[in-house]
Amino acid sequence: MEKHLSEKFYLAMKKLEPRYPNKKALILPALHQAQEEYGWLPKEVLEEIGTYIGVHPAQIREVASFYTMYNLKPVGKNHLKICTNVACCLRGADELMNFAEKKLGIKCGETTSDGMFSLSEEECLGACTTAPAMMANDEYIEELDVNKLNHFIEKMKVLKI
Amino acid sequence: MRQNTLFEQHFWKDSNRSLDYYLQNMNGYQAAQKVLKEMNPDQVIEEVKKGNLRGRGGAGFPMGMKWGFIPKASEKPKYLVCNADESEPGTCKDRQIMRYTPHLLIEGLIIGSFAIGCKHSYIYIRGEYVNEAKLLNAAIEEAYEKGYLGKNILGSGFDLDITVHRGAGAYICGEETGLLNSLEGKRGEPRVKPPFPAVSGAFGCPTAVNNVESIANVPHLIRMGGDAFAQLGKIDKSGGTRLISLSGHVKKPGVYEIQAGSVTLRQIIEDIGGGIINDKKLKAVIPGGSSSPILTADEIDVVYDVEPLMKVGTMMGSAAIMVIHEDTDLVKLLLRITKFYAHESCGQCTPCREGCHWMESILHKILHGEAKPTDLDLLVDVAQNIGGKTLCALGDAAAGPVISFVKKFRPEFESYIKGQKRYA
Repeated sequence: MEKHLSEKFYLAMKKLEPRYPNKKALILPALHQAQEEYGWLPKEVLEEIGTYIGVHPAQIREVASFYTMYNLKPVGKNHLKICTNVACCLRGADELMNFAEKKLGIKCGETTSDGMFSLSEEECLGACTTAPAMMANDEYIEELDVNKLNHFIEKMKVLKI
Repeated sequence: MRQNTLFEQHFWKDSNRSLDYYLQNMNGYQAAQKVLKEMNPDQVIEEVKKGNLRGRGGAGFPMGMKWGFIPKASEKPKYLVCNADESEPGTCKDRQIMRYTPHLLIEGLIIGSFAIGCKHSYIYIRGEYVNEAKLLNAAIEEAYEKGYLGKNILGSGFDLDITVHRGAGAYICGEETGLLNSLEGKRGEPRVKPPFPAVSGAFGCPTAVNNVESIANVPHLIRMGGDAFAQLGKIDKSGGTRLISLSGHVKKPGVYEIQAGSVTLRQIIEDIGGGIINDKKLKAVIPGGSSSPILTADEIDVVYDVEPLMKVGTMMGSAAIMVIHEDTDLVKLLLRITKFYAHESCGQCTPCREGCHWMESILHKILHGEAKPTDLDLLVDVAQNIGGKTLCALGDAAAGPVISFVKKFRPEFESYIKGQKRYA
């Protein structure tokens, strides 16, 4: 079988193996590590993780599909996840979401045609006292307002990253 | 009001998270030293019981008692699992502990592991806390290097490893058996109890699951002694201090520390939070995370602790206070809360899986002027048929807000149904 996951992936897993009483416990760490390499989790990658763990691929899909952070389809280079839960909502998250939709020309849940931006609604991020907040890929951006969000999107557009 | 805090004085400065700072300014690892060299596991558990340390994750269960449930005679490995899934909407206190005082958590895990006989402890951290997981791993590495973790800790003969395990975005993994399933590489679906984790938890072995703040309090408790720790609390049965996450329409939102039971909800909002933004009028308060039943502006002269809040029909939960001013549309807010539970229901129990969506759809109809007058009672009826009929507390958490919002703010819902108010 053709390998899709890197040497780095297998090295990271080797290091983690002794820290758990069985290999199945490595499913979440393996999914995280694989997503870090691919940006999302294609079918072949899920299958390869299944082979590595020693379970049927369906079991990997069953787990992966339970958790919102695992992307089972490709996402934009910049995945903006705006929290719209209570604390952020009280501090203007709806306005931010409307602004982001207009600015990017997509609806929440969609990706721009150039693959640069995806926009999602996020449940509580645990940044309630610095609300409203969002995540841009792995990074928290807190005490947001429309200006700050606009500035961030512009910066990402210019940098093309 | 908030001098000589156990946590807060060390927050908000990045350099405070280092081992050096911890050793020099926070009596770092002295409690672990004392425990490993001078105490036996039973004495540690007794001391924690004396300190009236209640769980800080939501249920408020006495921590010493929880540790006491771990069967000593069992030959299976035992696990101490730290619940760092912090996902109850409104809560962001554990995040500050992990960011600024990670060694307190590590030292607490050493003491707790010694008390219950654990050799490998896991910190289950919510997936979104990418940065906090990195900081924890860095602190754990420091601790290994200096001999606070690993084999023969401080020459005591006691061994302990700690592994940080990242979740991946699921509120239900804050529920302890959902968390344990997730740790084991499964979907985070809560388990049927009994057996309770103390008997069969992680990997089928005896397990104690404790919240970050609970564990981080243990070094303080051991250092000052159970009695002194208990006395920090100004109310029966609650020792120590509480970290509160104060958010919403206050002038100074933030994570603050109070002595348990020392202040009322009004004092927290007015004195600590600086009152309501733009000097608006207070309308309501969600006092303990979004699962806690709402309080009206007239109900806030209540001492902010577990039992007083229970007496007024709500709960302290994870001590996340969300303050709501007069301009807020509570129908819209309740729809947002209900949508959250519908999204996060794991789907195992029919009342929760179907009921949450049903409540969301009725609220959507009300907000958009499509509801019949009888729908409001139907909404409450659905909520009452979820509560108490599910494997875990998520069902109750979804039902409580609906029942309390409608009971206390019924006219707001009715004005939408009667067409007097329209969704903008």
